[in-house]
Amino acid sequence: MYRYDQYDQAIVDARVAEFKDQVGRRLRNEITEDQFKPLRLMNGLYLQLHAYMLRVAIPYGTLSGTQMRMLAHIARTYDRDYGHFTTRQNIQYNWIKLEQFSDLLDDLSKVEMHAFQTSGNCIRNISSDQFAGAAADEIADPRPYAELLRQWSTLHPEFSFLPRKFKIAVIASDSDRAAIQLHDIGLQLYRNAAGMLGFRVYVGGGMGRTPIIGKVVREFIPVGQFLSYSEAILRVYNRHGRRDNIYKARIKILVTELGIEEFTRQVEAEWATLEPLGLDAPQAEYDRIIAQFADPAYEIGAPDTIDLSDPDFKLWVDQNVHAHKQPGYAIATISLKPKSGIPGDASSAQMDVIADLADKYAHDEIRVTHSQNLVLAHVKKADLYAMWQALAAADLATPNLDLVTDIIACPGMDYCTLANARSIPIAQKIAAKFENSISEQRDIGELKIKVSGCINGCGHHHAGHIGILGVDKKGEEAYQLLLGGSGAEDASLAKILGPGFDENGIIDAVDKLIAFYRSARSAPTERFLDTYRRLGAAPFKEAVYA
Amino acid sequence: MPRILTGNRLETGDVLWWHGHCWSTQISDAVEIGAEGEALLAGLIAAERINDPTFIEVTGEPGAFVPTTTRERVRASGPSVRADLARGSLSVEAI
Repeated sequence: MYRYDQYDQAIVDARVAEFKDQVGRRLRNEITEDQFKPLRLMNGLYLQLHAYMLRVAIPYGTLSGTQMRMLAHIARTYDRDYGHFTTRQNIQYNWIKLEQFSDLLDDLSKVEMHAFQTSGNCIRNISSDQFAGAAADEIADPRPYAELLRQWSTLHPEFSFLPRKFKIAVIASDSDRAAIQLHDIGLQLYRNAAGMLGFRVYVGGGMGRTPIIGKVVREFIPVGQFLSYSEAILRVYNRHGRRDNIYKARIKILVTELGIEEFTRQVEAEWATLEPLGLDAPQAEYDRIIAQFADPAYEIGAPDTIDLSDPDFKLWVDQNVHAHKQPGYAIATISLKPKSGIPGDASSAQMDVIADLADKYAHDEIRVTHSQNLVLAHVKKADLYAMWQALAAADLATPNLDLVTDIIACPGMDYCTLANARSIPIAQKIAAKFENSISEQRDIGELKIKVSGCINGCGHHHAGHIGILGVDKKGEEAYQLLLGGSGAEDASLAKILGPGFDENGIIDAVDKLIAFYRSARSAPTERFLDTYRRLGAAPFKEAVYA
Repeated sequence: MPRILTGNRLETGDVLWWHGHCWSTQISDAVEIGAEGEALLAGLIAAERINDPTFIEVTGEPGAFVPTTTRERVRASGPSVRADLARGSLSVEAI
């Protein structure tokens, strides 16, 4: 995986020194909170319901064991012994003290990590496929290109004050595990008919207040030119994106208002002026970065079979293990949705366990998924059983990936100042109905439930097969029910089914939906989403509201 | 309806309630704020040591004030999903 060079480290060190100075000035009352707030937000530090919250960037969701151990250290030393992995493949700490913040930043920078550009109207953490570099179905590892984007966008002077935040995702397979069509820019790496490597470029996707599926702005841009093309998109957005209305400031609104044809025309015209300037990285830089994502030293001839005689282990393998491109290896997903757990939360002890297991079994690499789980991407099949036993001992072996209890939930009003309602208790109560029977969960099959505590949609409710949105109803928590969303390659936006519910009502409604689906599916293999798409909303609505 | 004064400590982010002459981390210590509140709030804003100082409406009696909004009840009790992190002076059940 990528290691900082002297320039990367110098940038981080300089920014850390700058922000430490700003923190010191605030603590000494040399600047006001109004002056300090935009500075701290640009460094990932929010003031939430209970304390300061820090969001640490995890570029394209890839971590080393050393970095994970540092995240555990930060949880233990500066927080309350846990962290929350987010739908942006980052980690958040909920109990940070400003007076300790300088030491924390120093610790992070020791392992090539930081928190800047995790907030503010800039290009945020680049996200990617959690199976990158390991998936059997990918064209190439997308992370070198995500890393180039990271370097290009880091403290980019022209794009540090965009009309609104800007999110980019990169994948390299037809299976979309990063929801690229719901990003401001989505990049899909593929080979064209001539065998050239390049990107299909989506633009203007997003969730939040105005959910929109991205549109293709260019069917193919060669890999060697994708940075200048991205720059052209950002320039058009920066020039014409609305700054008068925060709710209309995202690029998706600009694309919608201009129309994709006119937006494309403007991007192409901008790119025609940019491309000759030689802004794209030279081939040597591509080669340098690609080399850092070289395959780990696989054991050639490693056994390609798994002893599944332990039924609990077999369950976990069936549900949480995916095919690897290298014979004898597998991709293992660690569910952060245990019984009675909080989606995405991990204790410092669990982080240390995962770091140790990554070191021992997975070439020291860990991935964060946008579904708030973790992945060990390069595990020998022969090691899976021992690793599973260690995971189970740390309550990290729940075999529920993509099942009804694998629920995405934002922090909601238990932590977040923006939230209108709590999300986590809703996820927990739905999961509680099913978590004691893995066979029932598997019978229900793939079902992606996503819960957001407000319209900003950090819980991706618009991409949920079942989406739940917390709203404020005259000072009380209430919940809207949405159906039919998908963040995968078959992207679709969930639609509101009918009137909202109180907390108990939404749990009952989900129960009725699942019961109806099981009675109406055409075959046990037909997913909830496919049944909904086949039958439409009406019978589901009747099942819930009749 | 009674009102009390709350904010967050600059150095730590801790949630605080005004208890008459200083700040407390327990809402059970909060005192009702009368007409003197505006001057108190103006002074706090000028001092820049408490973030987001604001009045909130509550029901109940001194020692057992309960905020009228869910958001403020969560602030007072701690995250409803982490009993081990509860502040203690307002139960999660009150949310």
